Amino acid sequence: MAILVDRTTKVVVSGITGREGTFHALRNLAYGTQVVAGVTPGKAGRDVEGIPVFDTIADAVEATGANTSLIFVPPRFATEAIYEAADSELRLVVCITEGIPVRDMARVASYLRGKSSTLVGPNCPGVISPGKSNVGIIPGEICTPGRVGLVSRSGTLTYQIVHELTQQGIGQSTCVGMGGDPVHGVGFLESLALFNWDPETDLVVMVGEIGGDDEERAAEYIAQEMTKPVVGYIAGFTAPVGKRMGHAGAIVTGSSGTAQAKAEALEAAGVKVGRTPTEVTELVQAALP
Amino acid sequence: MDLYEYQGKELFARHGIPVPRGIIAENPESARAATEILGGTSVVKVQVQIGGRGKGGGVVLADSPDEAEAAAERMLSEGFGGRKVTRVLVEERLAIAREFYAAILLDRSTGTDLAMVAAEGGIDIEELARTRPEAIRRLHIDPEIGMHPYHLRALTGALPPESRDLVENVLAGLYDVLTKEDATLVEVNPLVLLEDGRVFALDAKVTIDDNALFRQPEIEMLKTVFPIDPVEFRAREAGLQYVKLDGEVGIIGNGAGLVMSTLDVVQQAGAGAANFLDVGGGASADAIATSLEVILSDPNVRSVLVNIFGGITRCDLVAEGLLEALQRVTPNVQIVVRLDGTNAEEGRRILEAAGHPRIVPAATMLEAAQKAADLARGEVAYRGHPG
Repeated sequence: MAILVDRTTKVVVSGITGREGTFHALRNLAYGTQVVAGVTPGKAGRDVEGIPVFDTIADAVEATGANTSLIFVPPRFATEAIYEAADSELRLVVCITEGIPVRDMARVASYLRGKSSTLVGPNCPGVISPGKSNVGIIPGEICTPGRVGLVSRSGTLTYQIVHELTQQGIGQSTCVGMGGDPVHGVGFLESLALFNWDPETDLVVMVGEIGGDDEERAAEYIAQEMTKPVVGYIAGFTAPVGKRMGHAGAIVTGSSGTAQAKAEALEAAGVKVGRTPTEVTELVQAALP
Repeated sequence: MDLYEYQGKELFARHGIPVPRGIIAENPESARAATEILGGTSVVKVQVQIGGRGKGGGVVLADSPDEAEAAAERMLSEGFGGRKVTRVLVEERLAIAREFYAAILLDRSTGTDLAMVAAEGGIDIEELARTRPEAIRRLHIDPEIGMHPYHLRALTGALPPESRDLVENVLAGLYDVLTKEDATLVEVNPLVLLEDGRVFALDAKVTIDDNALFRQPEIEMLKTVFPIDPVEFRAREAGLQYVKLDGEVGIIGNGAGLVMSTLDVVQQAGAGAANFLDVGGGASADAIATSLEVILSDPNVRSVLVNIFGGITRCDLVAEGLLEALQRVTPNVQIVVRLDGTNAEEGRRILEAAGHPRIVPAATMLEAAQKAADLARGEVAYRGHPG
């Protein structure tokens, strides 16, 4: 099982002939992921170390049966790649690209409502189900298969926490990097719901940060629906109001989006919130059945 | 990116929203001259990218050119809310009958635009939303269909009938600014109905999406008048994600989330971070050297914490980069270095072998934060590698 990606995942990489695209497509392939195709307009017929390249996602799907899109194209073309993947009815679209204008993403979000494709990202590290499939840029070496699900708005902070879990012998079912943009695809809510139904997940770690109300909405879901323990972490307690902290979505506006409010909402829903990344691992250890 | 009020009003005017006649003044004499042009009286408004101007003395009703000159003199010399002030907006005085509130923002939780109108203005909208939410008309607009007349009618339904058409016109203009200029927030507080029946945007708050600046060259140009901290300027030139804070521990980390977490952990260790700095994925020698230069140019910095988690980034390369950087930059404070993840062992060995007296190794993020905090407070003098 796991969620979002597994052994049946067949990836088509948009932007495969770019530097990042090539590097990560080959890393995902080496991990054991079925990377079956790449797309770069005008480069059909070529290949990237054996991965065939097509002009369009539709061509790639027809020739290879790809069911998941991984996007590395620059910000001004990235939303087109998302539309293209959605129109080919790929079940999952993972957009790594950072810097997409937020109004473009709002239109994408609107278009995707009622479509069969699930979007992860943009501005995200991707999704890995350790031992099964790695779609994105999460370093596979720091993960190990197991029964803890993880969902996060951050990249390296996720790596830090996954690494500490792995070092303590705690494996992961799936790690979802939902990304740091204000308008995005799969969030905490959707990930928690998927983990809640996943028979291979016993506990979920959610790593949030300042800005927006994704964590607060997740807290509501947890209080009402979640049957598995959740451990949380929130970054940005010391972030000043009105300053964007690296991620486009990491900003406290007025009195909304503070780390304090998020931690309180989660704790009120029964989530144990770690004060440091290390404490998260300790809380997971204590809460695991 | 938050625009100045006068920049927002220029955008408003371009999209058909009535704004008061106004003149920008960069010195007291110009404020006097502007007031004379406007008929002898004016409103002098400090131009800063923060709110609370009304209460803090940032808006002055001047009854004469003398008063306008004095107000401008004070604003330009004293600054506002701890910020430097380089210009004031001198506007015509208007006879106001009623004040309203109007705003449209991109609501991140739904991915749609949220329009709000209230029949009272000059208020704290967050406060009003808490105490009397029914006083605000709110409507979500799907970006795929855009704003339509029925939206406008619904939003203005609680306003005085004689003002509705004009406010609808303003709302349509605001939506235009939002969509055509890549704004994420346009707010008018107050929007005023004049005694003669006209409707004007008395204030303008506009936030532009930084990610969209590549296709908004005219708006990008507006940045050039923003006052900027010299350290922030240097960081921006180098393409680093940097935010100046007011503590003593300089921070370099890779990845926004990890850096934010590092700031928090440093505070838990009893010190404050001097900055947020994300060196990015590669963490090359160049990037690290520039980061060090940027951080050390802040006179408040009393220790530096380098917190790297190697994912794709290899810690051995980070270690080499750091050593190379230290040949270019000569710090006078200790640098606590914590490397973890890909090739961390190798990275630590490289640093140990180099034996640089300024580098203090730490095994974990928490240990590193504690050491950097102790150093900043001057409590403990951790020595570097024996050199």
